[in-house]
Amino acid sequence: MAELSANAPKTENRPSALREFWFYFSENRGAVIGLWVFAAFVFCAAFAPLLAPYDPTEQFRTHILQPPVWQEGGSWAFPLGTDPLGRDMLSRLIMGSRYSFFVGIVVVVVAVSGGVIVGLLSGFAPKWVDTLIMRVMDIILAFPSLLLALVLVAILGPSLTNAMIAIAIVFQPHYVRLTRASVLAERQKDYVTSARVAGAGRSRLMFITVLPNCLAPIIVQAALSFSTAILDAAALGFLGMGAQPPTPEWGTMLAEAREFILRAWWVVTFPGLAILVTVLAINLMGDGLRDALDPKLKRS
Amino acid sequence: MFGYFISRLGMFIPTFLGVTLISFMFIRVLPGDPIIVMAGERGMTEERYQEMVKKLGFDKPVLQQYWDYLTGVMQGDLGESFVTKKPVWDEFFALFPATLELSICAMIFAVALGLPAGVIAAVNRGKFFDRALMSSALIGYSMPIFWWALLLIIVFSGNLGWTPVSGRIDLLYYFPSVTGFMLIDSLLSGQAGAFQSAVRHLILPTIVLGTIPLAVIARQTRSAMLEVLGEDYIRTARAKGLSPTRINGLHALRNALIPVITVIGLSVGTLLAGAILTETIFSWPGIGKWMVDSIFRRDYPVVQGGLLMIAVIVMLVNLLVDVLYGIINPKIRRR
Repeated sequence: MAELSANAPKTENRPSALREFWFYFSENRGAVIGLWVFAAFVFCAAFAPLLAPYDPTEQFRTHILQPPVWQEGGSWAFPLGTDPLGRDMLSRLIMGSRYSFFVGIVVVVVAVSGGVIVGLLSGFAPKWVDTLIMRVMDIILAFPSLLLALVLVAILGPSLTNAMIAIAIVFQPHYVRLTRASVLAERQKDYVTSARVAGAGRSRLMFITVLPNCLAPIIVQAALSFSTAILDAAALGFLGMGAQPPTPEWGTMLAEAREFILRAWWVVTFPGLAILVTVLAINLMGDGLRDALDPKLKRS
Repeated sequence: MFGYFISRLGMFIPTFLGVTLISFMFIRVLPGDPIIVMAGERGMTEERYQEMVKKLGFDKPVLQQYWDYLTGVMQGDLGESFVTKKPVWDEFFALFPATLELSICAMIFAVALGLPAGVIAAVNRGKFFDRALMSSALIGYSMPIFWWALLLIIVFSGNLGWTPVSGRIDLLYYFPSVTGFMLIDSLLSGQAGAFQSAVRHLILPTIVLGTIPLAVIARQTRSAMLEVLGEDYIRTARAKGLSPTRINGLHALRNALIPVITVIGLSVGTLLAGAILTETIFSWPGIGKWMVDSIFRRDYPVVQGGLLMIAVIVMLVNLLVDVLYGIINPKIRRR
């Protein structure tokens, strides 16, 4: 109910919506840890060229498959070792955070904005339009998401941009359904009727009266999609249908390293670990967001 | 009940038509002329080109083409593979048992570990076990399974040498396929060691494919159990002096199972998507690997047919889950 209380007239002793949010969010210790890890990830992505010791595509031919520093044969010049082409793993991982962050942001923004608009329309439109939209969404949901994304990329041609488009399309129906469900619940309430009686037009009702009260579940879903988008983009990269080599995208790095798994554990372990830690941090944060924003699940 | 079934079926048919429309459109929205793409770098003569146009029906109006496609699909005609020249339908059902066997094993693995984990976590709410189990579940849920597979290969195949890296059975063994399920066929063949070999090939793919459903089931069981444990009838059972094992295992779990069963049913899509990655990594000759290979080979009729078949399977399972749910939970029917 954080949003509702923000709209209500404020009394002096009531904590602000943000403070109330932080109170519930910080109760979940995992969520706070997740937030810190995510902040580090964003920092890495933002300042990648400054943080990375080398250019991620620079090949040191004399240092091919050098192990990490703590293993015999490693050196501080390449703290996490080098890959089969003699490129610095650390630099590639740091640059890779940019691609994953970018994928997460673009997919979530496209999927949420598209899904919310279609969901709002569906909730306010006449019955037959609503039915039509929901059937189309059912059709998209009938395909396993990774498979549909894979086929879409096969149509569009393999690249990171196309992978992002495909993943955003596949995620769309979740937001449409979520928004529509909240809209249908909110529309019955008295404050919407009173706004309508007061003469609010349809678009005002949709975007200004109803939408802010539907946001809580959408924000939670957006946080969770951010991590799923990173996972799916990495999976597509791993299958050779996402970012193309020599892009230091984490999934693509894993695909390139596959044949060396039994000879050089570090070329396989680190990119996957980077994906896992990032996704885990975002999921932890998502759990905290849900506790803080979703009144039904609050303190359950 | 009958009315509920009919209304649910009424939703199935338009979705099915939509799915066929999408798979029909797939070959037609590909950039460039699909026939030229099929021909590849060798190219083709004008005569052969016209022949292909006729064969694929591209000379007819689009509506007519869709109708032909739809009637073909209803009769099990999904076209022929460009590469093997075999009907897609036959190829699908030749490979499907491998995916089904792997998926069933993964689901058994996930349920066998996930249900007890969820129950133990709920009963020990807030204590060490709960935290440890739910942290592991969250890690499992966040796991990039293609990386997980590589790690398991490094440890169990590379360092320990316990499990093979790819395939369904050692090449040493050969026996006719009776059911298509390697575990059953290897037992039927009576060859010494065949069954053990099949099991050893299954272990890693099962763990990899089952990891995410395992995490989801554990989390879902925990929250369903917590909800049920707060109910009045549980308090009554406690007041009657029943043992905690009996309360948790019999009274609470039974009602907590309803949402869990739904989650299990809805995991079919996740399993099939996971099969794409798992089968590719372990060279498991199933539907997932077949689809990925066909995409790379530009074997479009296979991609088109496989896409349709997978979607239909997911839809049928969802329909089944909904109907079962209607039977278990009468409240749903009246909506």
